[in-house]
Amino acid sequence: MSDFLAQHSLLFSSVVKAAIMIFVVLTALAYLTWFERKVVAHIQSRWGPYRAGPHGLLQPLADGLKFITKEDPMPLGADKFVYLLAPFLALSLALTALALIPFGPQTVTLFGRATPLGITDLNLGLLFLFALTSLGVYGVALAGWASNSKYPLLGGLRSSAQMVSYELSLTLSVVGVLLMAGSFSLRDIINAQQGWQLHFLPRWNLFAGPLPQLLGFFCYFTSAVAETNRAPFDLAEAEQELVGGFHTEYSSMKFAMFFMAEYANMITVSCLATILFFGGWLSPFPAAGAWAWTRFIPTAVFIIAGISLIVDGIRYSTVYGRIVLPVLGLVLCAVGVFVAMPFAIWYAQGPFWFLTKVLAFLFVYVWVRGTLPRLRYDQLMGLGWKVLLPVSLANVVLTSLALLVAHR
Amino acid sequence: MIVTILFFALALIAVSGAVSLIVQRHPIHSALSLIVVMVALAGLYLLLGAQFIAAVQVIVYAGAIMVLFVFVIMLLNAGAEERTNVSRMAAYIGLPLSVVLAAGLAWWTASGSQALSALSGDVTPTRSLSMMLFQEYAFPFELTSILVLIAILGALTLAKREGGAE
Repeated sequence: MSDFLAQHSLLFSSVVKAAIMIFVVLTALAYLTWFERKVVAHIQSRWGPYRAGPHGLLQPLADGLKFITKEDPMPLGADKFVYLLAPFLALSLALTALALIPFGPQTVTLFGRATPLGITDLNLGLLFLFALTSLGVYGVALAGWASNSKYPLLGGLRSSAQMVSYELSLTLSVVGVLLMAGSFSLRDIINAQQGWQLHFLPRWNLFAGPLPQLLGFFCYFTSAVAETNRAPFDLAEAEQELVGGFHTEYSSMKFAMFFMAEYANMITVSCLATILFFGGWLSPFPAAGAWAWTRFIPTAVFIIAGISLIVDGIRYSTVYGRIVLPVLGLVLCAVGVFVAMPFAIWYAQGPFWFLTKVLAFLFVYVWVRGTLPRLRYDQLMGLGWKVLLPVSLANVVLTSLALLVAHR
Repeated sequence: MIVTILFFALALIAVSGAVSLIVQRHPIHSALSLIVVMVALAGLYLLLGAQFIAAVQVIVYAGAIMVLFVFVIMLLNAGAEERTNVSRMAAYIGLPLSVVLAAGLAWWTASGSQALSALSGDVTPTRSLSMMLFQEYAFPFELTSILVLIAILGALTLAKREGGAE
């Protein structure tokens, strides 16, 4: 048995990693909805979900149960095959893209085989990521068309035009980073950002290199928000104009799949922003010397979060909350202590910083949604073609010039 | 072993996608079949070790050009096509010619041409590819881009003329 496992270790380790990844990502997607509702609620001086479980922590579960038990009608005259294909296409492409993201520098040993953190490591990772996201348009466009209804059709048309337009500036905004790293591999791109300048500033692509990629990052993040069809660029699902946009005729789990795809795309885009411009898993502090204590930051964060949960939990209004929240806090404290152990501390650094940065980007996503009004459609197209595309092209030219001068 | 299995699976997908492209009656279904063909071809390129070409195949053909096809079909709201009687030309000329083509291809493959063997050596041919493109073949490359520019200008002129003075 163990011989068999060792022989096919590539297959088995990939399957195990994919299974863990799917489980973690689907849970994260569910709690991302909770996160978004909470943050938007607090931006608008509301409480957000509060009834299902303490602090509404069971709200994703309740939503999921509701989606599963809902009636699932299909509009008359819909193209059956395409109508059913669209949500699967959207979700599977969005989840596949996450397989290309590396989460940490170390390797783990599974079935006697050292494999990287993350499902796969391609030397053309970025290019394949763009290939997958470029196919994501079909989910939206086909859903709009197959529903055989006017509002979804308009929503589908709008969003496919929008995604095709913004894909150009999205791809071009990354070229500067590629030129500086000289590789398509996400791992190489992160490793190229190691080191410090002026003794305190990490050499992340955002503010280092021959030309700091501020323009590139601006173009990347704006295009990425538009590419994922999120507010203020969510013209495809503008409720006031289009009822619900491309997913108007979808209900129950198929509707949920579109939302899961949207959130998965948000995670992918945030991971990519972290990797390309913010040094991926690299810590913002040097690992040695006077900054060596920073390796205990993950522990401190977990323990502070755990203690505040315990303190909040003891005074919670329901008995259930008074039991669950302190237990959760204790779990967080235990994780903090575990992360400080000598055998875990170096493994924890990379993923901790990576996920922290990704979470920060997800917060910005929600923050932008909670504060900015939606653009008009012509403004959206004008911004894409007349501002972002020229600016990202200029960034490519300027970065190449800076590289030429620097290597002279 | 696994490469052979993958090759035949992808080849089967590509060929059945191509057949379905012709047989389908609805334009959207035909376009979807064409996308399947494109993606299967990208898989075949991957098997040959041409990763860059595979990724670009998906990005450009499946991700950009076919999106425009689908977009136009959606905009025109084209319905299912009607079948007409099969033209006699197909029976008398098309079928023999396709047999000749298949035989020729089979003969060419059987005669052991090495032109289709896998790329060897360089694992990441992106650098060598761009070196070739921008040094050895820089002139044809620039010519092609001018050709594309002319096509864009032509499309713009056609679109402007319809709307009158703007």
